[in-house]
Parts: sequence; C-alpha cells; structure tokens
Amino acid sequence: MIIDQLSIFLNNAVGRITEVTSTLSEAGVNLKAFTLSESSDFGILRIITDNNEKAVEVLKANYFAVNVTKVVYMELGDTPGALYNSIQKVSDAGVSIEYMYAFSTGDAASVVIRTEDIERCNALIEEV
Amino acid sequence: MDRAKLRELQSERLVKIVKYTYDNVQFYRERMDEAGVKPSDIKSIDDISKLPFMQKKDLRDYYPYGTFAAPLKDIVRFHASSGTTGKPIVAGYTQNDLDNWAEGVARCLTAYGATKDDILQVSYGYGLFTGGLGAHDGGQKLGATVLPMSSGNTSKQIMLMKDLGCTGLCCTPSYALFLAESIAEDPDTDIEKDIKLKFGAFGAEPWTENMRKELESKLRIKAYDIYGLTEVSGPGVGGECEYQDGTHLWEDMFYPEIIDPVTLQPVEPGQQGELVFTTLLKEGMPVIRYRTRDLTHLIYDKCRCGRTMVRMGRILGRSDDMMIIRGVNVFPSTIESCILEIPEFNGQYFVTVDRVKNVDTFDIDVELRPEFYTDNMDKMLNLKARLTMRLVSVLGIKPVIHIVEPNTIARSQGKAKHVLDKRQFKNE
Ligand SMILES: [Zn+2]
Repeated sequence: MIIDQLSIFLNNAVGRITEVTSTLSEAGVNLKAFTLSESSDFGILRIITDNNEKAVEVLKANYFAVNVTKVVYMELGDTPGALYNSIQKVSDAGVSIEYMYAFSTGDAASVVIRTEDIERCNALIEEV
Repeated sequence: MDRAKLRELQSERLVKIVKYTYDNVQFYRERMDEAGVKPSDIKSIDDISKLPFMQKKDLRDYYPYGTFAAPLKDIVRFHASSGTTGKPIVAGYTQNDLDNWAEGVARCLTAYGATKDDILQVSYGYGLFTGGLGAHDGGQKLGATVLPMSSGNTSKQIMLMKDLGCTGLCCTPSYALFLAESIAEDPDTDIEKDIKLKFGAFGAEPWTENMRKELESKLRIKAYDIYGLTEVSGPGVGGECEYQDGTHLWEDMFYPEIIDPVTLQPVEPGQQGELVFTTLLKEGMPVIRYRTRDLTHLIYDKCRCGRTMVRMGRILGRSDDMMIIRGVNVFPSTIESCILEIPEFNGQYFVTVDRVKNVDTFDIDVELRPEFYTDNMDKMLNLKARLTMRLVSVLGIKPVIHIVEPNTIARSQGKAKHVLDKRQFKNE
C-alpha cells in the first residue's frame, strides 16, 4: 500500500537526529521506522510515524526542513523469497527503485520502497 | 560629441588640471614627485595611468584644507560627507564648481525628460549633504520650478506634492518608497487623480532593479538613477537616460577609469573593477585618480539614446570586500550573483576562508528555497554540483559548497556580513 513518509534535511546529521527524535517524543508522536541517507555534508532522515500531521507541525515549528513523500509499504509474509519476487517484478517492469529499507514491527518485518512511479510500483507489488 | 573629439577635450583638460593641482596642492605635488611624474609628462588623457592615486584616507589626513587647490577667498561653499567615525570629508567649491555641478544635474534631469515646465520636489536633505542643494541648483539651472522640501514631514510632503502639482521627485530611493507607501495609505490622496509625478531622480544609496519596479508601479513614474559622490562633486556625476540601461557619466567633467584593485592597473575596457575618477574642471578641491572603492564596469558602446558618453553598469559592491584566495581575487558580490542565477537557492550565503597546511580553504554555505529541500538526494547533489561548476567558471577556483538547513545562515540588517576570513594575515 502507499503511505506517507517524512523526509528531514539535516546538517551534522548524527547530532541533529537526537533533536528530531526528542522533538517528536515530546509531542507524543511515535516513530515506527527511520533510516538515514548521507552525503559528505548533509543527510536526509526518512521516518515513518504514527501521526504524520502532528509530526510535520512540530518539526516545522522547530525549523526543520521537512517534507512528505509517498512510498510503497509492504509487509513481508512468512513465505521465503517473497521480497525477492516482488523486487524482481518491479525491476522487470522497468520501474527503477530510488531506495528501499526494511524495519521490524514486532514479530513481522516490513519494507519501504521509494520510486518515481509510485502508483505503478504499488500495483505491481499488490499483484504478487 | 563624437568620442575622438571628447578625447581631445579630455586631454586638454587633464593637462591643465594636473598642472593646476601640482602647483596648488602640496600633498599631491609630493605624491607626483615621489612617483617621478612631472606635469609636463602628461600630454594627453592616455598618460593618466602615470599619475598616482588619491584615496579617502588622503582627504581625511589633510583635513580640512590640505586638499584644496583654490584660496578660501574663491571658495563659496562647503559640503561634508557623512563620515561614520571621526572627521568628515569636507569639500570646498568655487562658483565655477557649483556651476559645473549644476550643469551635471541639469543634464541628468534633461535625460529624464524634464524641462522648465516641470516642478521638482527636492526631498533630499538640505545642508552639509550634497543631495539637497545639488538637486536644487541643477533644477534651477534647467529652469524648472524647485520646491526645496528637504526630507521628513511626510504629510506636508504629500500635501504640497498634490497642491502644487509636482512632476518630479528627487530623493533617496528608500525615502521615495516610504513616501509611496504613505500615499497609498492616505485615504485623502488618490495616486491616479491627485498626484502628477512623472519621474523620480533617485540616488545617494544603492538600489536594485526590484526597487525600481516597485517605485515605478507605486508612484506611476519612471524611476531613474542619479550618481555622484561628495569627493568628486555631488549628485549629477552621471545619470540614467530614458533607456535605463546604465548610468551615463559626464566624462567631459569627471573622467572615469576602472582599475584592478590589487595591481592598480587599468583593466581592459568593459571589465569589472574599481571605479576611479579625475575631476577635469574642479577648482576648489580637484581630485586626481580618486579611488571610489565602488566595483562596476564601464560600457563604451553608443547608447540607444544617442549619447556617446560612457555608461556605468550596476555597482556590484566595494573593493574593500575583496578576498585573495589561492592567489585569485574574489568578490563576495560575484559569488552572490552566481548563486542568484540558480533559482533553487534562496540567495543566503556565507563564505569561510582559512589556511590549512599552507593551502587556502574556500567554503560556501548556501540555503535552498524551502520547496527544494526534497527527499531526493541526487537532485540536491546536482544543485550543489551546478553551483560549484558555475563558480569555478566565473572565479577560476573551486569552492566547497555546503547546502545547509533553512534559516541557519545568520541574517543581518543592512550590509549583511557574508565572509569569515580565518587566515592569520589580511589582504592589505
Ligand atoms: Zn542613453
């Protein structure tokens, strides 16, 4: 399914991540997943929360450069190779993946995929 | 006047003014002697580069009368610049100087389309500042009707502007903007019906093309630049014409040069550098090769208006701001204009220069407009590469660009501080 992810532009990412997480926890927003992508002098922190609206509001109020990005979210079932099959299908269809990351939600594991062609990617994955 | 004729006239006048200054100003005579230049070495305007420079410091050091060439009995007026600290710069004018100054202002007014039928509201300050009396005398020289308003008292400004039907406004661009806003807020004044202004002569502070647009639409006028400085004369050293495509300089009276502020050599025609003036006719306080510290370039092509007199481009900054990084001259204004060329950047920047293991480091922090802080790492790295390439091609050296979070570069009022030079030495 397609969900919202928040992307936060950060300098000196390591130090600033703590500020992001404390800002969110003070506002009562829970983080479900996060991943950091870094270049030599800046990073993009990507997070999934249980209350995006509130998260954007408090982050903006604290002068973070935050924006909302659509991503494809899939839960990994028990079937081994399910992830591989899905990715194969997406790339065979010529949809290029910008990035992806996995996280665990209790017992299960989930994967987030970002591509330019989000609708098509989602359709392909849901067919599997 | 064609340019060959103009050069002849400039040559004739330069020979005279150099001899006159040498004979009458002790400090400049000493400068010329030190440089081994005699007045007889100056035979034409081409010899001007043999002459030593004058600077603001000289005018301060020889305050109050040490730079005057005429005896006080011939000086009919003083003006003084608003020095930020210490002694001001005092200029003395003979009657001929005042006449020539008024002539320069009258030429500007003519270029704006003004005639003796116009009513000029002079809202520059009257007094030591050259703006008020300079515009005043120029307006009278033209035969226009002058309202010596001076600055301040906005409601009276608007009342007389309406009641007398003033057609031209002379003041600083920031005061003009303030007046425009006050008119817009005044319920008793309708800009269309009540205000007859056609043009504005704005100067004495730097202004931008955006301010011009704003003034033109708010006041329903054409807004023109008038350029000048007290050390050289006052407003009216030059002005724009109806094409608003560079400021014509009245170079039969004020000879402009552009020099490289480091080598002090003249640059190729059209190149950017520091503006230098020689007053070809002044008697009271002539200046020879006076370094203005203003960075600009000169345009020698004939203007669409038909005037042959050289045009000055926009003033890009001050030569005092120049840095030497890895042996290359770098002006913050050049960096700024490269950044503004790429619309994704918001124009805020901060330069840090340091020296590590005998090599200069050159880092520039920049901010993006909020909508360009995206999730896409490649796009942002691309922007960084584009700006780097642009700066390399313009400056000749490669800075390290850092895209920083929005609102992290300190904003300062007025002259923004854009540079931190951590090196142990200064470029002096
Ligand atoms: Zn012109």
